Amino acid sequence: MAANGEPIVIVKDLTVGYGDTVILQDINFEVHTGEIFGILGGSGSGKSTLLKSMIGLQTPLRGSVLIDGTNIVAAQGDERVAVLKKIGVSYQSGALFGSMNIVENVSIVLEEFTDLPQSAIELIAQMKLKAVGLQDAAYKMPAELSGGMKKRAAIARALAIDPKVLFLDEPSAGLDPITSAQLDQLILDLSDSLHLTFVIVTHELPSIFAVTDRVIMLEKERKTTIAIGAPEALRESEDPTVRRFFNRQPAEVGSA
Amino acid sequence: MEGTETLTYDFQQGKEGRARIVLKGRLDKDTAASIWQQSTERLRQTEPGLLLVQVGDVDYCDAEGIALLVEYKRLQRQSKRQIEIQGLRPQFQQLMAVFEIDRIVLPPLGPGLLTGFVRSLGEEVVRFAHDFHAQVSFTGEVCAKLLKALRRPGSLRLKDMLLMAEKAGANAVGITAMLGFLIGLIIAFQSAASLEAFGAEVFVADLVVLGLTRELGPLITAVVLASRSGSAFAAEIGTMKVNEEIDALTTMALDPVQYLVLPRVIAAILIMPLLTMFNELFGLIGCGLVMASWNVPMETYIERIRAAATLTDFFSGLVKTFVFGALIAGLGCLRGLQTQTGPSAVGDSTTRAVVSSIIAIIVADGVFAVVYYFLGI
Repeated sequence: MAANGEPIVIVKDLTVGYGDTVILQDINFEVHTGEIFGILGGSGSGKSTLLKSMIGLQTPLRGSVLIDGTNIVAAQGDERVAVLKKIGVSYQSGALFGSMNIVENVSIVLEEFTDLPQSAIELIAQMKLKAVGLQDAAYKMPAELSGGMKKRAAIARALAIDPKVLFLDEPSAGLDPITSAQLDQLILDLSDSLHLTFVIVTHELPSIFAVTDRVIMLEKERKTTIAIGAPEALRESEDPTVRRFFNRQPAEVGSA
Repeated sequence: MEGTETLTYDFQQGKEGRARIVLKGRLDKDTAASIWQQSTERLRQTEPGLLLVQVGDVDYCDAEGIALLVEYKRLQRQSKRQIEIQGLRPQFQQLMAVFEIDRIVLPPLGPGLLTGFVRSLGEEVVRFAHDFHAQVSFTGEVCAKLLKALRRPGSLRLKDMLLMAEKAGANAVGITAMLGFLIGLIIAFQSAASLEAFGAEVFVADLVVLGLTRELGPLITAVVLASRSGSAFAAEIGTMKVNEEIDALTTMALDPVQYLVLPRVIAAILIMPLLTMFNELFGLIGCGLVMASWNVPMETYIERIRAAATLTDFFSGLVKTFVFGALIAGLGCLRGLQTQTGPSAVGDSTTRAVVSSIIAIIVADGVFAVVYYFLGI
């Protein structure tokens, strides 16, 4: 968690919507290099929409998302490929390619974007799997993995091309508390050793307090960020919605 | 952290089986790729008893760079030789700690070529037997439930049935009619060209009307239904199976066969003869067009049709269509219900539905041919 203060992701005046419906209005925030940044909010608050805009899947109505200096919203062609190589994304359900085994899922980007020989790619893919604790499952198919293993495999695949920023969409969704805590530990370990920047969409309070350095909170009604800062500090927030969110289940939070 | 853009690589062969690799500069996925083959090949050839890898001047290193060092270690240890990596900077040592592996997990070995062949042959036979069993028992189940439902028509889901009849029937009128028209046109044209040599082009009408009513009309319509609707039934029910909707029906004491299969089977049985008639009618129109272009008068053409084909021919074709409709809808639903889990499961079911219905149609057509022969129809 060595945040050195340099912004690596800058979201500026981002307004996202479909047709006439605006979902997010004028979002502004920065993610610093090396930090674990949380995007929080209730159902329908636009967390996933914000994430999709940040990784270039959803074109916003207005505004920009700078990733390491490149605006992913406007990037085209080679520039777009270059910026996509700087990010890794782990999707909510894993989104592992079901027709390939885990090693192939991790290797596919390396085969496409490097000149490494096949034996090297095999070795590197297994190294990435080792980093998430899945080396022994290398030749399993995604359908044979448990929920927690799928999330780990998805993180290994996101790590394949050495991204600078890793986006995780609801990493603990559908996991039991113990598996979820192990995944949190993995995120902390990777952040520590690889100096990666993480952007995590979540609403699991224990995970928020366990891993994130700073968070923003979105709300459906106000269509914008209602809070930004360290989760501990937001417990004392002036805003009643924010205060309520961060002070749920105090016992569980204390043990996390 | 990012200094020079290039990597310099130097391999020095020393005395007493020693060797040294000196790496300087940027060790990333591109530079590692450029020396990977060359340096590992060199290691395999020279087989140094002690390898020193000096990386003190590596000022950028990513996971792929670390992988090259891991590969050197692996190659040396594999053949029980020594390796020493010197001067790796602390931040890269951290990478090494995260990513280093000391063995490669090998893919599970498949069976040998011959045993694999024998095994898959056996599995295929067993699968075929199981599948045949499933088809027979499913046919029995559908028939029993169909009879039960016909005794209590109120239990049939009329709305579903009409919807299925619309999707599989009404919406398919255009394509079946067009195919009939084209087939009539093509057969008439092909045979007229040959029969003209004998001055017998007027008998093209006999050929087309008998061919269409007895064989081609029902067959082509069945193929259209199998590819349009048999596949759709399998995909719809297969998706429901994957979403656990079939399980939900079962636990709510609603029988999936009665609820999903019967409406589709009945709809298919009802629309097949109608579609076939459209197909045949347009086939005759297509044939008429060719006849007209051969200067055969319309009256003569219609007269030939009436003389050549009897109502028996017409109905012998239509009777088949009931059976074809039941086979297509039944197999489509069965394949849907048999859907396994996995990303390609629904696609597999759809393929199997189309393939097995087309096979079943042809087999049934053959059975009809034999039966009609003995009945003298």
